[in-house]
Amino acid sequence: MNLLRLSLNLLRRDWRAGEWRVLLLALVLAVGSLATVGLFADRVRQALQEQAQSLIGADLRITSTRPFSSDYRQQALARGMQVVQSRTFPSMVSHGERVLLSELQAVERGYPLRGKIEIDDGELHVAEAIPASGTVWVDERLLRRLGLEVGGEVGIGARRFEVAARIVKDIDQSIGFASFAPRVLMNEQDLAETGLLQEGSRLSYRLMIAGEAKQVAALKVALQAKLSGNEKLEDVRDARPEIRTALERAESFLGLAALTAAILAGAAMALAARRFVLRHLDGCAVMRCLGAQQGQVLWLFLNQFILLGLIAVLLGSLLGYGTQALLVESIASMRDANLPQPSVLPLLQASVSGFALLLGFAFLPLLQLRKVSPLRVLRRELGAPEASGWLVYGVATLVLASLFLWHAGSLKLGLAVLGGLLAGLMLFGWLAWLLLHGLARNAYFMRSQWRHAFNNLSRHGRSAAVQVVALSLGGMALLVLTLVRGDLLQGWQNKLPPETPNRFVVNIQHDQIDAIRDFFKRQLLAAPEMQPMVRGRLVEIDGRAISGDDYLDPRARGLVEREFNLSYMVQMPSWNALVSGQWWAEDGKGELSVEEGIAKTLGIKLGDSLTYDVAGSRFTAKVTNLRKVEWDSMKVNFFVISTPELLQDFPSSYLSSFYLPPDKVQAGDELSREFPNLLLIDTGAVIAQVRGIMDQIAQTVSAVFLFTLLTGLAVLYAALLSTQDERSHEAAILRTLGADSRYLRRLHLSEFAVLGGLSGLFAAGGAVLLGWVLARFVLEIPANFDPLIWLVGIGGGIVIVMLSGWLATRKLIQRPPLRILAAD
Amino acid sequence: MQAAGLTKQVLSGDSPLTILHDVSFAVEAGDSLAIVGASGSGKSTLLGLLAGLDVPTSGSVSLNGADIFAQDEDSRARLRGELAGFVFQSFQLLPALNALENVMLPLELAGVSDARQRAEASLQQVGLTARAHHLPKHLSGGEQQRVALARAFVSQPKILFADEPTGNLDAATGAQVIDLMLELNRAQGTTLILVTHDDKLAARCKRQLRLAAGEVVQ
Repeated sequence: MNLLRLSLNLLRRDWRAGEWRVLLLALVLAVGSLATVGLFADRVRQALQEQAQSLIGADLRITSTRPFSSDYRQQALARGMQVVQSRTFPSMVSHGERVLLSELQAVERGYPLRGKIEIDDGELHVAEAIPASGTVWVDERLLRRLGLEVGGEVGIGARRFEVAARIVKDIDQSIGFASFAPRVLMNEQDLAETGLLQEGSRLSYRLMIAGEAKQVAALKVALQAKLSGNEKLEDVRDARPEIRTALERAESFLGLAALTAAILAGAAMALAARRFVLRHLDGCAVMRCLGAQQGQVLWLFLNQFILLGLIAVLLGSLLGYGTQALLVESIASMRDANLPQPSVLPLLQASVSGFALLLGFAFLPLLQLRKVSPLRVLRRELGAPEASGWLVYGVATLVLASLFLWHAGSLKLGLAVLGGLLAGLMLFGWLAWLLLHGLARNAYFMRSQWRHAFNNLSRHGRSAAVQVVALSLGGMALLVLTLVRGDLLQGWQNKLPPETPNRFVVNIQHDQIDAIRDFFKRQLLAAPEMQPMVRGRLVEIDGRAISGDDYLDPRARGLVEREFNLSYMVQMPSWNALVSGQWWAEDGKGELSVEEGIAKTLGIKLGDSLTYDVAGSRFTAKVTNLRKVEWDSMKVNFFVISTPELLQDFPSSYLSSFYLPPDKVQAGDELSREFPNLLLIDTGAVIAQVRGIMDQIAQTVSAVFLFTLLTGLAVLYAALLSTQDERSHEAAILRTLGADSRYLRRLHLSEFAVLGGLSGLFAAGGAVLLGWVLARFVLEIPANFDPLIWLVGIGGGIVIVMLSGWLATRKLIQRPPLRILAAD
Repeated sequence: MQAAGLTKQVLSGDSPLTILHDVSFAVEAGDSLAIVGASGSGKSTLLGLLAGLDVPTSGSVSLNGADIFAQDEDSRARLRGELAGFVFQSFQLLPALNALENVMLPLELAGVSDARQRAEASLQQVGLTARAHHLPKHLSGGEQQRVALARAFVSQPKILFADEPTGNLDAATGAQVIDLMLELNRAQGTTLILVTHDDKLAARCKRQLRLAAGEVVQ
């Protein structure tokens, strides 16, 4: 108890003397920045989750072309989950003379399980039931194209229905290429009377299931094993891959930005801890002399650290919570989106990370204090006990590595960034040491204060190198913040330029190509590229027959058991990138190009021969290259492309994507009217959502980098402070020997100029490297940076370090030397 | 306390340097011993060994018949806490703690429950009650050394080790501190081991041990 009181007392006194200020500040900033990003991402993720749930109208959805075994429904009901079923099929809907191919969906009571349908039946409201028997709800497109109004009548099969409402906000749409036709929602009871349920009807069955997260996960596993080849299980995670990709990239980017702040905080803490150790050597020696055992000394500092950590984590969490709330309030689109409240988990994560940083960067170095020799009370020249370098650096590295893996979410990315960082730090430190020594050796021809400055830096080689590394880290963060960030975000947003395709067209026939080109010309729109599509099934890899049973991965099974889209072309699409191998020559024959993701899933390697079954006949060709496809580019993409001669004689249809400006929306309807067989899909909403995420992230990144900026300054402060005691002592001696304050000022400024210049050089190198990693691996954009960064880095380093160094040492020079020497 | 064949060598570059050579003597309980000698004669090294702050190259120190170097550093620390008090040339007060807290420190480390009352009493003995809540940097050199004396005697040590206690003080203040120290020493019946280069001060101790170049010369 006494020890606890003593440690609180020491903490209070040290706090008043400013010993803990840097450490606490750094830790608060680290926790604050991690918490901001964590809480923010959590809210956006929750919002997207809710949206995704409403996209499929449930937590799980099974679709099939055949009726389900009753076992599925029973399994879900037995687990206490909710189940509804619906049947969807294409049918003609008539009104007067006009007829329109539509997508009908017959639903049971209780539909939808998740999300809300908004309807307009004279007033706008959320639907509380399903359409009453004898009525249907239809969407805007159907009303427009049939020239119909709510209250009118339509004919579906053998029955007539009253249009009771217009669907304003729909849910449970098919994902992918099916949501082309206008939608009609009807009551399941009326389906039989339409007479449309005949042998050969193209019915699609949907079983929708909802329950608690655990039940959903368990049921998903149970059902997956039982699914047959034509049954497809979707959960919310399968919905809208483009949005998910954007969010994942955003999270990685933000996560790394927050981690940069955390690393900087680590550096500041390590510097502060080093100073703390040096300043507490005497005190510890006295305590050891007065009978304190190593364990007691340890306990004293442990108490202080835990308390300090708790305070920092609390303040950091508050800071993080406040910042993310302010952020959401200040971004209009997010304020209006009514985001769900964040969960506590991100705060816990940030707090645990904060303690890990404290342990890795500050506590272990302090541990050496317990080993201080009590003899130091008699012989002050005894220095600090040697810390076990491997242990201290090892633990710090381990802490950083775990944080990276935890926050970056990707092992590969985390390791790449961490490895690069550590290698960079060691290289910086080693180069700094080498340069300082080299310069000092060759400084004999320089003016006295420069020579003295170089000698000083070289004599304190290790601590000067540590200072350079710390300052480089801070400078790197600042440069990334100011110069690289803009380029990165710009590059990312350029991936979705204003004219990103917002319509997909499927099912174009060969003989319609010219007519469609002509249509676009008449509408004063640029004619889109049309790619041929042939459906085929992969049957052999390298002469070995394959079946779904060969694969454990359900996605791979599905790919093998179903036909998928193949295409042929001479040139590779410009929005694809070659990963390995060569694209074929113009007259190339018998070659295949495979998307790298699917190649990995199916175990296809460069040089393998693949055999496809297309409409009953087979062909075999060699994989000569692998491609990378940007699925979030909103353009037409294929898993497998062949040389033209392999596929061009098979029956094919064409597909295309194009951009429809807002003032030409009517052209879409006209295209459908003129070519009724075309399937036109509107992807505008998805693009808008991806853009929204990008905008929100751009603004969040600014806030997160503000933390990085502040921690960078904390590093600068800690770095200058870390050698202040030595500097003060040396200044006193020099003054005693007759150096005037002008000489001392010049000496210090020369030292700071060297430190600043070196740090700036390394900072610019680090910033370019970090920017390259972010561009290449996180945002997947080309990395181009302004060469100005080197000039700004070095010049800025010299000026900032000289200026802040001068501010920090100004008072040292003016203090009477005797007072300093006596205090020492 | 008995020292036998105490030798301390350190490596200076590649060759060993002998700082203390074969020092043996004994001190009875309640005695006072002054270790004198010129600068660099090995006085402070000997004091460090006697107090168990350092370990010798060879030789032993036994306290109440037990060899202190047969124990590990933590056990020696416990022994110091129980038996020894220290006064140093440079005072060695913890700058972050005020006078009272500095005096309480050894008691708190030993887990004594009435540390505050005892520390206050000890400060009163050295006449610093009024300065109890001042930080060391706000005290004069003489006051700091009196706080150090209060801290040394508060745990009623059996042995007091003093290393040049007046080295950093002017003559008048030094004399006051020495008077106070010897008075407390007598009052508590403490064994005193004092290192000094001041012969007048040494003469106030019952016995003197003179060192030159690491060896006992008298």
